[in-house]
Amino acid sequence: MAILIDGNTKVITQGITGKNGTFHSLQAKAYGTQMVGGVTPGKGGQEVEGIPVFDSVKEAVDATGATVSVIYVPGAFTADSICEAVDAGIELVVTITEGVPVLDMAWVKDYMAGSGSRLVGPNCPGVITPVTDTTGCKIGIMPAYIHKPGRVGVVSRSGTLTYEAVWQLTTEGLGQSTSVGIGGDPINGTDFVDCLRLFNDDPDTDGIIMIGEIGGTAEEEGADFIKAHVTKPVVGFIAGATAPPGKRMGHAGAIISGGKGTAKDKKAALEAAGVTVVDTPSIMGRTMREVLGAKAGA
Amino acid sequence: MNIHEFQAKELLARYGVAVPEGIVCDTAEQAAEAFRKLGSDLAVVKAQIHAGGRGKAGGVKLVKSADEARDKAEAMLGKAMVTHQTGPEGRVVRKVYVTKGADIATELYLAVAVDRKTNAPVMMACPEGGVEIETLAEEKPEAIQRARIHPMKGLLPFQARRMCKHLGLTGEQAKQGAKVMTNLAKLFVDLDCSLAEINPLIVTEQGDVVALDAKINFDSNALYRHQDVAAMRDLNEEDPKEVEASKFDLNYIALDGTIGCMVNGAGLAMATMDVIQLKGGSPANFLDVGGGANKQQVTNAFKIILADPNVKGVLVNIFGGIMKCDTIAEGVIAAAKEVQLDRPLVVRLEGTNVELGRKLLEESGLPLETAKSLDEAAEKIVAAAG
Repeated sequence: MAILIDGNTKVITQGITGKNGTFHSLQAKAYGTQMVGGVTPGKGGQEVEGIPVFDSVKEAVDATGATVSVIYVPGAFTADSICEAVDAGIELVVTITEGVPVLDMAWVKDYMAGSGSRLVGPNCPGVITPVTDTTGCKIGIMPAYIHKPGRVGVVSRSGTLTYEAVWQLTTEGLGQSTSVGIGGDPINGTDFVDCLRLFNDDPDTDGIIMIGEIGGTAEEEGADFIKAHVTKPVVGFIAGATAPPGKRMGHAGAIISGGKGTAKDKKAALEAAGVTVVDTPSIMGRTMREVLGAKAGA
Repeated sequence: MNIHEFQAKELLARYGVAVPEGIVCDTAEQAAEAFRKLGSDLAVVKAQIHAGGRGKAGGVKLVKSADEARDKAEAMLGKAMVTHQTGPEGRVVRKVYVTKGADIATELYLAVAVDRKTNAPVMMACPEGGVEIETLAEEKPEAIQRARIHPMKGLLPFQARRMCKHLGLTGEQAKQGAKVMTNLAKLFVDLDCSLAEINPLIVTEQGDVVALDAKINFDSNALYRHQDVAAMRDLNEEDPKEVEASKFDLNYIALDGTIGCMVNGAGLAMATMDVIQLKGGSPANFLDVGGGANKQQVTNAFKIILADPNVKGVLVNIFGGIMKCDTIAEGVIAAAKEVQLDRPLVVRLEGTNVELGRKLLEESGLPLETAKSLDEAAEKIVAAAG
């Protein structure tokens, strides 16, 4: 087992006939993901290399029994696509799209209130659960081959830093239970607390790597949750210790404003919660091995 | 995206928020003429730059005659103004805004920003205006009252009533105050702002509620649906290297260190800067080439980094996922040949097609060093650029 998705998860792609949608759907399929369908309004009845295309999410769900959708549509249309997935009863909506207007996400969150759907993203690499050394359920843009099944969960606001953590866990021989990129936008779906809770409750996860960055207070909220509830070892890294205040560092959410959201504050909060925080991302995997070893020995 | 004060006030006026009458000027002579046109005994000459702290830097001057308006404008125009937000090089003042003076009875603070905790815009009101709100938030958090703005419906009447009471507004002023609040919330939502701040919002001796200063920032991701706002962009206010980078869809931010970096992914780019500093160096920039950059973009990124004379060495750190390492290698080689690489270069590649990428670099004959990890790469470039 793992969190959110596993080898049996049925996935559809919203925006499957676009360049990114096609490319990543085929990459996911090649990795063994059950890509059962795709959606592009007006292109129902077509196929993308054997994957059937539907006009709407509802039709795709009715025909395939998919429970997860992944969204690659452009930012201007993303909010509508998320709501369509929610309306069709999709359990997990993974939104890869970068550049979604922040206020669109504000009303999408309102729309989702009370629904049974969970959102991951936007502006994230996605979610992956490796099943064997070469196959698994890959929902997103991460390179498949760096993953390996194991017992460490990864949750991160940054894409490429997630790959760093995953690759180190693979080379250390630890592997991953599930890796979740929650994305770098100010208003998003699943947050650190949600993932920490899921990993803590997952019997197949022994340790958690948590990667944060400057801006907002999501890491501080994660730290509070860890202190109160998490019994598994957590290794943390916060990017942006040298970022100047007032400058948006790539992600819409990565900005120090009004003296809030600094790496120093976040690091201190995590350390106070018992997290092993590393100063350089090069040693996330090695450090996880050490803390897991220390726990096993204790 | 940021805009100037005079543009922010144009937008406020369009949304029914009272602002002092004003005229934007490019020359000192125009400032004198503006004073006469405004026909007031008292006017204010305000430097128009995208930075706070203008008052302390001499960028806001009260004037009582056209001659005085000309003199003060003359002293500001064409000169670099240094405030706590501009950095030591300052910003060149290209326009001044001449506005009618106001008789201030009370100064208040009103702003809207996106609140991550409640997943919505939130309005903040404080009875102490004109001060640094960050300082106040730190020292007297209870002085700031907040109201969550519904992303479709805007600010509700009860919220405006509650905040007016908090600001000490009663009677006619409470009516005007509520209108300002409702309209500011509407402006924020309509135009996809990321910040809309009126500091100070004043009550005049005559009893009018007026926005004396204004700052509005916009969500760049939503500019496509606000062409009129996008047209307000002032490239003079942005770092020329950042403007150049944005033409190639590169995310570049100039910093004041000596080690240039080129990285894929914002988080990894920040982490690379952090590790450079941890190893004793200082980053010259933040540069995210994005997830799907091509050879041309990599070449341009490289040129932009090397155009900075402070750069004494370059670190390339790529974790290829979608972006392939051989693409990066090709771009680096092409750029190094084109610009005559004259500074140390350390390249760390990992991920998709890494072997091919490393081989291309090796065979290129370029004087570069490679590294297996970010730590090793940072150590090497700090030693080489020392």
